[in-house]
Amino acid sequence: MLSPQQIETMIREALPDADVTVREYSGGGDHFQVAVASKAFAGKSRVAQHQMVYGALKGHLDDGVIHALALQTSVKE
Amino acid sequence: MDIKERIQQEVSSNKIVIFMKGTKEMPQCGFSGQVVQVFNVLGVPFETRNVLEDAELRQGIKEYSNWPTIPQVYINGEFVGGCDIICEMYQSGELQPLVEKALQA
Repeated sequence: MLSPQQIETMIREALPDADVTVREYSGGGDHFQVAVASKAFAGKSRVAQHQMVYGALKGHLDDGVIHALALQTSVKE
Repeated sequence: MDIKERIQQEVSSNKIVIFMKGTKEMPQCGFSGQVVQVFNVLGVPFETRNVLEDAELRQGIKEYSNWPTIPQVYINGEFVGGCDIICEMYQSGELQPLVEKALQA
């Protein structure tokens, strides 16, 4: 099981300038709502932006530790 | 036919295809259900494929798209996104013209 704090840390490791908010919403510790704003997203498609966040989460979507992820990305000014 | 070829055929022979959990009549996941709802509201024809009934597809589509989650929406052979992206594009008004253009092509 991962905590929101751990998820935030992983994302910040990959995107050091990011504003990150993480909320767990199922009560079961594996459904997360995440919002990330970073300058690194500038000029990238939404798919590419989301892939950067997925990459930061180090395979935890594949291994099922994160069951669901609602993700919102935006470019930080 | 290996799974890559199978997926390739699905996305090239259907203008809009959603790889999802469940079917359009009976989605079996909140995110998949949301995506189906968006396309129902748009009132356009679309296909769905149920990954819960096909373990090879469930894994294969993630590798094919380089995207770890389901649902996955393909329009005109191109991966457009999952639930978050589709819903965002719908709300911003970007999705409708993209869909219309695809159906005309």
